[in-house]
Amino acid sequence: MISVIDYGVCNLGSMLNMLRKVGVEAQLVSTPPELERADKLVLPGVGAFDNGIGALRERGLAATLRKRVLHDKVPLLGVCLGMQMLGRRSEEGGTEGLGLIDAEVRRFRFAPDSRKKVPHMGWNLLAPRRDAPLLRELAARSRFYFCHSYHLVCADPGDVVATADYGGEFVAMLQHDNVYGVQFHPEKSHRFGMALLHNFAEL
Amino acid sequence: MLHPRVIPCLLMRNGGLVKTVKFKNPRYVGDPINAVRIFNEKEVDELVFLDIGSAGTRAAPDFDLLADIASEAFMPFSYGGGITSIGHVKQLYALGVEKVVLNTAAAGQPRLVSEAAALAGSSGVVVSMDVRRNWLGSYTVCVAGGTRDLKREPAGYALDMEELGAGEILLNAIDRDGTRSGYDLELVRRVSEAVSIPVVAAGGAGELRHFRDATDAGASGLAAGSMFVFHGKHDAVLITYPEYEELDRVFK
Repeated sequence: MISVIDYGVCNLGSMLNMLRKVGVEAQLVSTPPELERADKLVLPGVGAFDNGIGALRERGLAATLRKRVLHDKVPLLGVCLGMQMLGRRSEEGGTEGLGLIDAEVRRFRFAPDSRKKVPHMGWNLLAPRRDAPLLRELAARSRFYFCHSYHLVCADPGDVVATADYGGEFVAMLQHDNVYGVQFHPEKSHRFGMALLHNFAEL
Repeated sequence: MLHPRVIPCLLMRNGGLVKTVKFKNPRYVGDPINAVRIFNEKEVDELVFLDIGSAGTRAAPDFDLLADIASEAFMPFSYGGGITSIGHVKQLYALGVEKVVLNTAAAGQPRLVSEAAALAGSSGVVVSMDVRRNWLGSYTVCVAGGTRDLKREPAGYALDMEELGAGEILLNAIDRDGTRSGYDLELVRRVSEAVSIPVVAAGGAGELRHFRDATDAGASGLAAGSMFVFHGKHDAVLITYPEYEELDRVFK
């Protein structure tokens, strides 16, 4: 059973739809007691960093989440903003992140004459940096849907599982012990995303 | 990034899919759920559904149908049509719609654009602009299915929408809709230059080279309707989408 954390700020329908498609049992959890009972967690996220962290704190979820992940070693997959919130801080706001990964969130910056738009919105390939369970049996040239203006910079390069390129390399997938993160949206990435969520479900 | 997004843009009316020409004469082309399944198989970049039956009539979105469609959409899925309140927006996000598309509502109650952006981030909010070109060659933004002229110049209007919180502009050239004669590149250029958010060109796509023309003019995404639902010289209804490698070649 995968528990998708519902903290009131984002689009959870597509994640549940995709997990069902993959054949995984999934439920929404929105309170600390529910978090206490979860054995595998997905932290989705869209929108602004401070809003996301604020909403987790208001519901009393941030502390419980930290405990479940750091102490009980429950596998956690952060998706998009959900991955960024795993870091320590973000340029996007003043709020402290969850601190589950030693990383900071930075905005994409391009030269004024660049034709690159922010957000990075569209499909991209991954460049694997190391072996990792989430990458298992992904098809060659697997592509994933990205939609973000900020990206995570890991202090420890060993945490980086895969990068993608948008006017330079950025972290597309990370793992530190039982903490997993993807900057893209597996729930919106066809069979490629299904394969990845299947891998997470199999952990 | 891989190639720019190529996006089937499907029109709904009374629960069925239709295709128009210059926003008129909707022709029935099939069942939306069936279409989503086919587009899944074809691994399309993204899907946009617009309910044109709702324009002007103020009928709320058909949430039951949209929940069925969203549960089959394993790609980014946008919906527009009949959205008039933040309650509608919330309901759409909850059932699995990635991006809400605001058109008439964005003009009439611009605050809704900001409220939606506050809820799910700018990237979840698309402002759709229907633009008509008059005989003098000047452009004007229309709403309510192209029936009401706002008498606004598109570049300034798009910039206003960006400032309100829109994360993307869906730019429809009414005069090109269903013609397959190519996008209105001048319009694409003007609006893309005015805003820093992505602009998706719509109206006029008929051949692969049209996609390239529009990205050269500044578009970040390419929407097409007729091109993906009609086939052959007799316009038989057939859902198609280019092979991925084919698209890669177009944009190389």
